[in-house]
Amino acid sequence: MKHEQAKKYGMVIDLDKCTGCGACMVACMAENNVPFKEDETNKLDSITWMRVYQLTNGKPFPDTDICYLPRPCMHCEGDHGHSPCVSVCPATATDYSMDTGIVSQIYTRCFGCRYCMAACPYHARYFNWWDPVWPNGMEKYLNPNVSPRMRGVVEKCSFCYHRYQLAKDRAFMEGRRELEEEEYQTACTQACPAGAIVFGDLNNKTHRVHQIVQPDPAHAGRPKNPKAFRLLERLGTNPKVYYLSSREWVRRSGDHYLPHEGPGGGH
Amino acid sequence: MDDALFPKGVKRCPLPEFLMKLGPVVALLIWGVVAMLMCWIKGLNQTNMNDAYGFAAWIWADLTVIALGGGAFFTGFLRYLIGKEKLKNIINFAVLIGFICYSSALLILAIDIGQPLRGWFIFWHANVHSMLTEVAFCLTCYFGVLTIEYLPLVLENRQIDRVPFFHNLTHHMHEVMPLFAATGAFLSFFHQGSLGGVAGVLFGRPFAFREGLFIWPWTFFLFTWSAAAYGPCFTIMLAKITEKVTGKRLIKDDVYDLLAKIAGWMMATYIVAKIIDTWYWATVTAPARGMTFMQFYSNNPLYGIWILILEIVIGGVIPAAILLTRKGRNTPFALMTAVVLGVIGVCVNRWVMVLQTLAVPVLPFEGWPMYYPSWQEVATTLLPVAYGIILVAFSYRYLPVFPQEAELNPIVSEPAAPPAPAPDTDAEPADAELSPAQA
Ligand code: SF4
Ligand code: SF4
Repeated sequence: MKHEQAKKYGMVIDLDKCTGCGACMVACMAENNVPFKEDETNKLDSITWMRVYQLTNGKPFPDTDICYLPRPCMHCEGDHGHSPCVSVCPATATDYSMDTGIVSQIYTRCFGCRYCMAACPYHARYFNWWDPVWPNGMEKYLNPNVSPRMRGVVEKCSFCYHRYQLAKDRAFMEGRRELEEEEYQTACTQACPAGAIVFGDLNNKTHRVHQIVQPDPAHAGRPKNPKAFRLLERLGTNPKVYYLSSREWVRRSGDHYLPHEGPGGGH
Repeated sequence: MDDALFPKGVKRCPLPEFLMKLGPVVALLIWGVVAMLMCWIKGLNQTNMNDAYGFAAWIWADLTVIALGGGAFFTGFLRYLIGKEKLKNIINFAVLIGFICYSSALLILAIDIGQPLRGWFIFWHANVHSMLTEVAFCLTCYFGVLTIEYLPLVLENRQIDRVPFFHNLTHHMHEVMPLFAATGAFLSFFHQGSLGGVAGVLFGRPFAFREGLFIWPWTFFLFTWSAAAYGPCFTIMLAKITEKVTGKRLIKDDVYDLLAKIAGWMMATYIVAKIIDTWYWATVTAPARGMTFMQFYSNNPLYGIWILILEIVIGGVIPAAILLTRKGRNTPFALMTAVVLGVIGVCVNRWVMVLQTLAVPVLPFEGWPMYYPSWQEVATTLLPVAYGIILVAFSYRYLPVFPQEAELNPIVSEPAAPPAPAPDTDAEPADAELSPAQA
């Protein structure tokens, strides 16, 4: 049987379109059975696989400008799958898939050392400080395709991997090997009312994500689109989540630059 | 009451007094055990750790006790492999301290992991690319070596030693000890280094990340080196404190002098390497990631440039300078100052490599999260201290930890008990080492 071409699922988020409504966060929580506390004010110990940040340009009125930046797991490829978090996990409880480019998390194997959290510069990993408690009756509404997690393990965005599995199963039943672009979409992508999130295979030239980003394979997937950027590009994490912005200050907020480095410097 | 268990030729306080003095320490131990059980039963929500501080006081304590316990492997290395015979008078104590440090580290790790019952996954599902896997394997093996090194000392208890089997076993164990010392040195090189590697490989954390040699970042070598430099300081410091508490001289000055001198050289060379490492990181590694040196030391309430000065100058350059001079080593106050500063230096180094690494904001739009430990974290971190004091106290009371003690503290004023050799065993040399097997 002909071997399928390796996929590299990724995302591009248009920050010019994002209104900061948080629908992606809500959709993600519901889709992935993400536990929550009665009081969610302390963001340092609550779980948000998808988190919307508010950025400002720091200028006084009337030049003040803000931007909302949704941050899922970046599914970093690093250098040939050497993601920051995957390479450090002592129990192989998180893995980089060469077939899909998705960084998975094996909850039943994770023993909660939290080394991966120390390794991830995006704060995309969350620890279950408590056992999940669902409000009365809510357990009936949990997604049956996603296993809930227990106390003491780490979890993070999976690019809704269960949806990929379901789509693959369906395609298989129909005698197909390849998925259509719209057959596998993440919950946040579908929930965004502004259509700011585009998800697909970065290796597939027909997919919108590829067309928008124009990843440069010669430079570890760096975008050729001048409006596109990745968070912390200079660290070499090689993320598969890209951002779009027409505003220079927003693009520069995605990374660190030395004082003498002009716009676009350091890349 | 328990005189029959004391080592030969030494004096100990009465048992009730001994137990009374240990009272507060036992209270501390119980406090720690309560906190430990709370963490196990209720989970890590009992701590002040959070998603920004996945590593905190415990991992710092772990890294620190392992560095401080480095006195055991390095003294063993010097005594058995380099042939510094004189160190046989402090090696028992160094091994005891090492044993305490490593058992403490394993205990803290068992509390620290989110799913303690799955701790064995680190061996079963081992990821050979992870520095933590290397740490787990070497640490566990080395703890085994330390147990083997500590065992002969236990067997040398006066009553146990009377059993011919144990006496012979001790003798044979002493004979093969160089082999274990070599194994210990080898394992220590790797796990001390890997602990440095734990931070150094984090290429997502520009404060910790270092380039290196093959798969090992520079921190790998710096951690091993610093453990060899500062571990002996800790051994000396605790030996001096034990002398203060017991009111006796337990080790001759020339032994201290030798170990302090070697530690001084190790520290001096280490601190030069550390300065070069810091310089290169500040001028090349971090700027390549768009970050300036001062970004790591400003805009937050705690981490200023002072911490770097405390670590490198006050905790490194100054103690090294003191230990390198004969006068410094031979002046009790100067020696004590040097070893205490050294211990502070290595504690600060491990703190910044764990906590400052996580505190420095990496996403440009995030701020510095701050952390202080919860009482449960403090109590569980003090638990090993209490356990260590108790183990040292019991070992000192019943085991010949200090071979020179009898010689340095001759018992004169007890006419009822002249210091005659006991009739039932062979006379042993004062330094209780390599005693001949009974015919
Ligand atoms: S964003 Fe963090 S958790 Fe996700 S792949 Fe990258 S390093 Fe790992
Ligand atoms: S917390 Fe879990 S996934 Fe993360 S490094 Fe430890 S064992 Fe691996």
